[in-house]
Amino acid sequence: MSATAVHSLWTTAAEVEPIGSIPAPHIEYAQLAPVLIVVGAALVGILVEAFVPRRARYHTQLFLTVVALAAAFAAVVGLAAGGYATTKAQIAAMGAIAVDGPALFLQGTILLASVVAVFTFAERRLDPAGDGGRVDSFAAMAAAVPGSDQEKAAVKAGFTTTEVFPISLFAVAGMLVFPAANDLLTLFIALEVFSLPLYLLCALARRKRLLSQEAAVKYFLLGAFSSAFMLFGIALLYGYAGSVSYARIAEVVDGSVRTIDPALADTMGNDALLLVGGALLLMGLLFKVGAVPFHMWTPDVYQGAPTPVTGFMAAATKIAAFGALLRLLYVVLPGLAWDWRPVMWGVAVVTMLGGAIVAITQTDVKRLLAYSSIAHAGFILAGVIAMRPEGISSVLFYLLAYSFVTIGAFAVVTLVRDAGGEATHLSKWAGLGRRSPLVAAVFAVFLLAFAGIPLTSGFTGKFAVFKAAAEGGAGALVVVGVISSAIAAFFYIRVIVLMFFSEPKPEGPTVAVPSPLTMTTIGVGVAVTLVLGVAPQYFLDLAGQAGVFVR
Amino acid sequence: MNPVNYLYLAALLFTIGATGVLIRRNAIVVFMCIELMLNACNLALVAFSRMHGNLDGQIIAFFTMVVAAAEVVVGLAIIVSLFRSRHSASVDDASLMKL
Repeated sequence: MSATAVHSLWTTAAEVEPIGSIPAPHIEYAQLAPVLIVVGAALVGILVEAFVPRRARYHTQLFLTVVALAAAFAAVVGLAAGGYATTKAQIAAMGAIAVDGPALFLQGTILLASVVAVFTFAERRLDPAGDGGRVDSFAAMAAAVPGSDQEKAAVKAGFTTTEVFPISLFAVAGMLVFPAANDLLTLFIALEVFSLPLYLLCALARRKRLLSQEAAVKYFLLGAFSSAFMLFGIALLYGYAGSVSYARIAEVVDGSVRTIDPALADTMGNDALLLVGGALLLMGLLFKVGAVPFHMWTPDVYQGAPTPVTGFMAAATKIAAFGALLRLLYVVLPGLAWDWRPVMWGVAVVTMLGGAIVAITQTDVKRLLAYSSIAHAGFILAGVIAMRPEGISSVLFYLLAYSFVTIGAFAVVTLVRDAGGEATHLSKWAGLGRRSPLVAAVFAVFLLAFAGIPLTSGFTGKFAVFKAAAEGGAGALVVVGVISSAIAAFFYIRVIVLMFFSEPKPEGPTVAVPSPLTMTTIGVGVAVTLVLGVAPQYFLDLAGQAGVFVR
Repeated sequence: MNPVNYLYLAALLFTIGATGVLIRRNAIVVFMCIELMLNACNLALVAFSRMHGNLDGQIIAFFTMVVAAAEVVVGLAIIVSLFRSRHSASVDDASLMKL
């Protein structure tokens, strides 16, 4: 189509339809309720910061956040019970959001993980109390320079950053939309909506603020860099297909499109647009997932961020990003599977092996868990490339199992403390099992689940994922996966040996007694780990029923 | 003028931005290079919108501008807080966690 023709098309269209007759979009509010509840509560949370007196803010915010997350979860369950996960799965909000099984399952998982993560955000018994009362693990005044008089005054007054609750609600809202996004614009906006709050949360640690700020800068610059690549990928895919809707792009990719105008015929023939665009888009998602060529931010950010935030980020971001990755590969680009499968194969292999091997050399618990999360991203990728319904449901189950183990493990890390805050160096964990057998035993359960020992959720998840991959014709990948699981098991077991079979050091760290909040988080983590390990069938069936994308 | 030329320009600007992110050392300049990449994306979106004769690309460009503005708010807050505590905005100096 020539440029003048396009121009006259727009101007005549504007003349024919007066402004008043623009049709209003049809929005299915009930089906978007989980997201709307969380966004609404986040907005109310900001008003609470503005109008509620400082001493009442913490309780108000905590109540509001937990109620909102629980209400959103109830909405998800209601939608699933109403059949939206199976027979009534549909695309809502004028094609922007998919309401289907994987979306609802992942939204439910994100909400449950967020509730237990918010409990660790609210923990106030670990740090010594200031004059103004007990404090949590977030900066007294984030804007104050570390070590300045202003900061000392804020600490002395017992200020706390209660803004973390609305900020985390915004992040959760973005994460809820991300795996449900059904066009590329919604995908990009959801990515930014959950990334920007996470960058801020990373910078808010009460102790070790220089590390925390450094982590935030690294996460921000690399995250913005990767989202720019993703946006360019979106631009190229839009150029290729002439639309950002997933269904339309899928039709153009596999050639089943019916109406072809001259401009589309022109760009459809250009495979470079499709291949480069798809690759850049995948790159943005693999960055968020923490797969190996794009994993460089993970260890530094996980180590520097406040530990409750690390747990939240490690679990919820991974769920949301894998959800979006699954939908992209299974709904938008299945016509391109011959091109992306070998690439994802390679990424999965280097991610599994890279994460497991580098983790062996780590001496910091949080960095160790960061590399272990990279290795787990590789295991999940093995399920993603199966290209079968079992692939989807095994990934859904793995994400459910993994998120609770991760949040629980990071919650245990917050408890082991010395005078400088959390004692994350591994040498300080020596002999922990002698001094605090319960905490060490709980951590050992989480490590065994990470390692994939039978009777824990990690084993069930890994078995499901590898089974799907093997049935999908990726047998060699399963072999690599089992080998890297064995390598990973080595360093998990090494930590257990260190905790139980070495002498405690005289000036070692102490284990703080937490409030019921963190106890709940850890208890739920252990319970989910064992239930999903011993009696997983109900949840496997649930994931199996949820494993069909709507197109 | 053929809209394809704008795509070449967008690709060029994007590459300049990406190169800048990789070789510059000041966090602010790195951040400006990222903004350049986002604007290159906008140019590509608008050019494709013109080629296809629909408005999706232009609408995305507006969204990108809003996202870029929000990113500036968050990014400058983080970079300024880093600068105030270290008196340096160099990304090489931020290496406390290097092994």
